[in-house]
Formats: sequence, structure tokens, C-alpha cells
Amino acid sequence: MQIAIIKYNAGNIKSVENAVKRLGYDCIVTDNPELIRNAEKVIFPGVGEASSAMQYLKKHHLDSLIKSLTQPTLGICLGQQLMCKYSEENDTDCLGIFDADVKKFPPEELVPHMGWNNIENLKSALFNGISDEDNVYFVHSYYAELSQETIATCQYILPFSAAMQKDNFYATQFHPEKSAWVGERILKNFLEL
Amino acid sequence: MLKKRIIPCLDIRDGRTVKGINFIDIRDAGDPVELAKRYVQEGADELVFLDITATHENRKTLSALVEKISREINIPFTVGGGINSLADVSVIIKAGADKVSINSSAVKRPELITEIAEQFGSQCVVVAIDTKFVNNEWIVYVHGGRIPTLLKTMDWVKQVEELGAGEILLTSMNNDGMKTGFALDITNAVSQAVNIPVIASGGAGTKEHFKEVFSQTKASAALAASIFHFGEIPIPDLKNYLQTEKIPVRCL
Repeated sequence: MQIAIIKYNAGNIKSVENAVKRLGYDCIVTDNPELIRNAEKVIFPGVGEASSAMQYLKKHHLDSLIKSLTQPTLGICLGQQLMCKYSEENDTDCLGIFDADVKKFPPEELVPHMGWNNIENLKSALFNGISDEDNVYFVHSYYAELSQETIATCQYILPFSAAMQKDNFYATQFHPEKSAWVGERILKNFLEL
Repeated sequence: MLKKRIIPCLDIRDGRTVKGINFIDIRDAGDPVELAKRYVQEGADELVFLDITATHENRKTLSALVEKISREINIPFTVGGGINSLADVSVIIKAGADKVSINSSAVKRPELITEIAEQFGSQCVVVAIDTKFVNNEWIVYVHGGRIPTLLKTMDWVKQVEELGAGEILLTSMNNDGMKTGFALDITNAVSQAVNIPVIASGGAGTKEHFKEVFSQTKASAALAASIFHFGEIPIPDLKNYLQTEKIPVRCL
């Protein structure tokens, strides 16, 4: 199976690549549209800032490419946020795959939300074998609001979308590649979709 | 609910773990990767690798080690020791570390904190602070705690937060190695004063010490080295205890 990890100006790509390889799959890290379009699974990772990431995607025509994908595609962290409509982070229009906005956490607790938190209201094959007491690793200051497309919620300051899905597009705010066995199981579930 | 993190710290010299016991099922306790994998299995929430030699010559050894750790470990990890420039940070992050920890170099040139935060994000920058209570005041020390500075700890923590630090790793030198518990007063003062996570370090000797630091301060995490290396407190026992004591932790 050909798995493509989209290469762009966001950190964390190495960890995602390592995690996929640990599961016994091969993958390529690429910004080549042909390779991405022909892959059976696509992962859209990301740590970084929304506006510069969107600018980079547009400049390299990856924005329209991502929206046009029809195979199972998984956004991670900033990847999930960029798949929403709009982000308050530097007033950024995003890809608009999910009908939700990305907002900054109010400073009622420490921001960023950093560390292990449990995810609840799980409704997707992505979470086969996972319960709402299982913890995953988060690092983020912005969150996607709850929407029709929310397939897992998390509670920190307020409830937000820990994971989303629409058609072939899946996304997690947390880092499955850094979430020990729980994250491995979620990645495996995605790769076996 | 967000969980309190338990973080074992591994001291590295020339690519090897400095101290550690022979766990029955570990072939080589001197191999940082083997030891790290063991901690992950036991439920460590993050790991810190501290390169205690950190000479120019062994940077290559360190980046090779970081790459290997990144291939094998599926939880976040921080690398510290001898990181002086943005170029040093870049090597470590590209090798797969999630965060870097800087200490003396941040005191020497505080802008380094901002530079790292701007290039790699605040979440990457852990500012480690060694502090000691002298003449009725908490003072910042540098160079492995050998040299005092003129910085007051409470001033420095606010400054590093403003400069863009993502976390503060606060080690009380008065408590470090004493096994009499964490420095609750300064840990509480610092964790109240800043709006970024504080990792308490120095002094852990019993499970109760972890309960104290989590119930009496706002610390987000607690770090220890020898009690984990020497198997005095197995991580699963510690977490089960904390859960019984109503401290939110991640149990496997």
C-alpha cells in the first residue's frame, strides 16, 4: 500500500513517518501532486502557525490538491485546523473541508493545552479498540469548535473537537504518533480503513 | 481531564545512559533507547534526555541517538544539554526530538528563547532553571548549578515566559538528591506566577512526594531520575497510588 505524508513547512513530519513505519507500513514524505493523488492513504501532519502554513500550501497548489483527494486522508493537529473553514490564528481562511471554525482557548487555564487528556463521545471506526478513558497527547493553543463532523470530543476549558470526519477526510487535534499504544491503534485503524 | 505528567530523566554521556539499574528484561541498561522503551512500557508520560558531557565533539553522537530514540519511542521527548544556538536546536529537532531544553545559554542570551519559539514554536522550548535558596532568596544558578547569577528566580521565570518559553523545568538545588520531597514553596510560587506549564524537579524520594507537589502546587508535571533508574519507585505503582489519591494521571 502506498502511503503519502504531505511535506510542507510544518514540523513533526519525521515523527509521523517513524510512527507509520513502526506499524510495519512503508511511506513517502512528498509534496509531489502525482504521488499524493495516487497514494492509497494520505496523511496531512503539522505543527506550526496557520497563516504561514496556508500561504505555503497555496503557493505550492497543495490547497486545491488536498481538497480534491478522494482516498482516506488524515489531518493531524494543525492539519485538522487547516481542514476547517477559518482560524482565528492570524485571521486565516483555511481549506473549508469541515464546517467549523478554529478559535483560541480563553486563558482560563494554562494555554497551550499540553499533555495527556482523554477523548470522549467516540463515533468512528478510527476508534475501534479505544475507550473514552484512554488518553492521547495534545499540544495546541487553538481548537476546532464542536460541529456535525465531530467524531471525538475532549474537555479542556471547554469541550472541543478532538477528532473530525467528513466523507474520506479524517482529522485529529491530538498527536497519534506521540500517544503511545492508543495513538498507534488509531493510526492502524486509519491505515486499515 | 488533563493529566499530571510523570517524567523520568535520563542522563547521557557519549551516547550512553550514565546511571541505571539492570532491569531483569533489559539487556543493556546503559543503552538509552532500551531504558527509554522500558519507561514507555511502564507508562512514563514523557522523557527527558540530558546530555551531561555536551562537548562539541559528541554532538554528532547525540543527534544519531536522538534519531534512534525518535524511531523507537512513541511518546514526546525533550533533549537538553549544551544547546547554545538556533543551529544546535535545529539539529536536535530535525533528528526527531519534540522539545529542547535550554538552561545556561538562555541566561547568557535570553533572545535565544524567542528565536527558538519563532522558528519551531513555543511548545518546543523548555527553559530549565536551576534554583537555590540563599540568603533568604531563590537565585538562578548556571553551568550545572556551579555558578550563581544575579537573577532572582521569580523575575527570571516571568521573563522567560514573556520571551516565549513553552514550559519551565524548575529544579531546586536545595532538594535535588536529598529525597526529602520537592521544593513546594518555590514550585508553587512559580506555577502561580506564570501561565505556562511548570515541571517540578529535585527531591523526589517517595510516592507521597509526588502527591504533595501535585496537590499543593500548580505544577503540571514532575520529573525524577534516580528513583526511577534504581527501581525504587516503579512508575505503575506511583501512578496507581496517585490515582487512588485523586490526582489525575494516565494509567495504562
